[in-house]
Amino acid sequence: MDLNFSPEESAFREEVRQFVKDKLPSHIRDKVMNGESLTRDDHVLWQKTLHVRGWGGPGWPKEFGGPGWTPTESYIFDEECAKGCAPRLISFGLKMIAPVLMAFGSPAQQQRFLPKIMSAEEWWCQGYSEPGAGSDLASVKTRAVREGDYYIVNGQKTWTTLGQHADWIFCLVRTDPEVKAQRGISFLLIDMKTPGVSVRPIITLDGAHEVNEVWLEDVKVPIENLIGEENKGWTYAKFLLGHERTNIAGIGIAKRELARLKRIAEAEGKLDEPLFAARLAQVEIDLMALEITNLRVLSAEHAKKAPGPEASLLKIKGTEIQQNIAELMMQAAGPYALPYKQPDVGPDYATHLGTGYCNLRKLSIFGGSNEIQKNIISQMILGL
Amino acid sequence: MNFDYDEDQRALADTVQRFVAKDYGFEKRNAILGSNAGWSREVWQGLADLGVLALNIDDEHGGLGYGPVETGLVMRAFGAGLLLEPYLASAVIAPALIRRCLPAKRNSRHAEPASAEFCFEWLPRIAAGESIVVLAHTDARGETVTETKGRLSGRKAVVAHGACADLLLVSARLADSSIGLFAVAPDASGVTLRDYPTLDGQHAADIVLTDVAAVKLGAGETATKAIDAALDIGLAALCAEAVGIMEATVAATTEYLKTRQQFGQPIGRFQALQHRMADMLMHQEQARSMSYLAALHCTDENQTARQRALSAAKVTVGQACRFVAQNAVQLHGGMGMTEELIVSHWFKRLTTIEMLFGDTDYHLQRFTALSQPVARAA
Repeated sequence: MDLNFSPEESAFREEVRQFVKDKLPSHIRDKVMNGESLTRDDHVLWQKTLHVRGWGGPGWPKEFGGPGWTPTESYIFDEECAKGCAPRLISFGLKMIAPVLMAFGSPAQQQRFLPKIMSAEEWWCQGYSEPGAGSDLASVKTRAVREGDYYIVNGQKTWTTLGQHADWIFCLVRTDPEVKAQRGISFLLIDMKTPGVSVRPIITLDGAHEVNEVWLEDVKVPIENLIGEENKGWTYAKFLLGHERTNIAGIGIAKRELARLKRIAEAEGKLDEPLFAARLAQVEIDLMALEITNLRVLSAEHAKKAPGPEASLLKIKGTEIQQNIAELMMQAAGPYALPYKQPDVGPDYATHLGTGYCNLRKLSIFGGSNEIQKNIISQMILGL
Repeated sequence: MNFDYDEDQRALADTVQRFVAKDYGFEKRNAILGSNAGWSREVWQGLADLGVLALNIDDEHGGLGYGPVETGLVMRAFGAGLLLEPYLASAVIAPALIRRCLPAKRNSRHAEPASAEFCFEWLPRIAAGESIVVLAHTDARGETVTETKGRLSGRKAVVAHGACADLLLVSARLADSSIGLFAVAPDASGVTLRDYPTLDGQHAADIVLTDVAAVKLGAGETATKAIDAALDIGLAALCAEAVGIMEATVAATTEYLKTRQQFGQPIGRFQALQHRMADMLMHQEQARSMSYLAALHCTDENQTARQRALSAAKVTVGQACRFVAQNAVQLHGGMGMTEELIVSHWFKRLTTIEMLFGDTDYHLQRFTALSQPVARAA
């Protein structure tokens, strides 16, 4: 029983910290620190910077050009990048489609797609949810019909995060409508430039354009863009959902935001208010506990123990903590959290707190809502 | 970084788990619970034979010289069995306190000979199960224990296992208003002791001292630091006990949800109950994480860092105690309300643990106070 990182891991942490400090452009760092939204160029610039250093595929094994880190090293990398105010990596390529390609893609698909994910030449988005298939993902209706060497795809995807920037979309499509929902699904890669693909913005409650509708009308997709076997798509989709456990809790981001909360609370004199101070202490304690729980999960991952319900636990607690921090920041700033998109009113730090609070309500909804996560946990322990 | 136990530690945990399963079943415990003393000397001797009473005593004094991690393993196993005996008081807190108040070596240059002798007199007896030593620290409101010319007067409130002690370690306010620690024989003239069971079935006592002869073990900073350190070690052990109880409680509740039928199906099929179960499990896991943190930090030299970690742990564990206990009874329905099921006994011990060593509010405030300079600097 030892909570300390090894000397090698600590040295690695220092190396990442220094790299972020040296290489992250200050205009990007400031935006992240203040909760402003980033442009496509901001993301691409940082991804290219990482790629040049050989860290373009964090968490990827060496055989696919990744650095071959242990789960703990990946965790440290994510934490230090977050604390250093680096942009969150665009996970749809790096952490979602890439592991599916590595596990189930053909060698040709791997060679075609993986290098360009790492080099930020191609931006991916996720085509899972549909208007009628949210939590009940297996009920997707987007239809793909085989015609010669192509699938003809028709349907609508939604909540497509940063789809406006994307070059490619990976989609769950129905290839067999006759069988039980999960059995007739296939996993297709679609070039966003294909005729019939259109992207329409969805403006969220904070006035931001993060998510989109993607319409697919008679889109011709070559059959070589099918992942694995036809009608086995649900297996690959589930693999993807259970794959990422090391950073699902967002410990680094929560630590960064907690420090920001403390700065704001200090500036607003809130630390002397007992009720506020107690709420701040509570969220800090929750984060301490979650960090150790996360380290326990990492440690189990090293020992190759079978995953239990902990990924769901990390998701639920991690998102609750981030939401609590956002809520406390908004409250700490008081009335000046309310002017809407008015950077020249009130203190600088208050500008994005109201919209930031609104935006982060998404955390307990996406990636499997927190209620779905509780279903998963109880399924695992009760098995009913 | 790892969260595994070594072979030695696993063997220790096995031994204690087997003891609880074989020699401390629910019926056996109920018999002890119903006895006048409320604890069993036979069980105590059994624990001495297993060596677990010697865990926190160094080999120089007839012990095994283990630390908080091993103590946590033992406490976790005792938690599931709801041990009624004074393990935490006499085998964890008292040795920590004695060792911190008194010099280590018999012939140490700085040692007061009488004090060193005290260690050699009492620690081996604690280790062998021959003597029970208990700290009496909390004063009854408005009746602070004070020392005048080596004699103590005042009243100690709800002293855990006070009545079974062969020796009491009593904190008292000195003439210069600092704190001193004294050894008091329970049968000394002027000691009146009222023994009673507490909510959890363990025993405690109110102890009235009227001009009682006492031996000073330490004073001033030595005494306060020693008491704080011993209580911190005790708090870490208590957190581990709570985790053991929660694990047993969550497992039993899971089983009940799978077997209890209503509306023609196991009640665990109902989502309202499933989500409650998921919440209980999350509380348990967060509490387990913090009990590890507590074990690994409870002997830190840096008092601020140590107490900050321990307060964070107690907040997490205390809140988990409340949540798991209340919902275990709720999910067991009417049966959860009966004495007949062990669930209600787990409930009462978890309720008690939340209130011991400072409740959740106390530790939330202490954490806040200890964090202030950190927050200001951030």
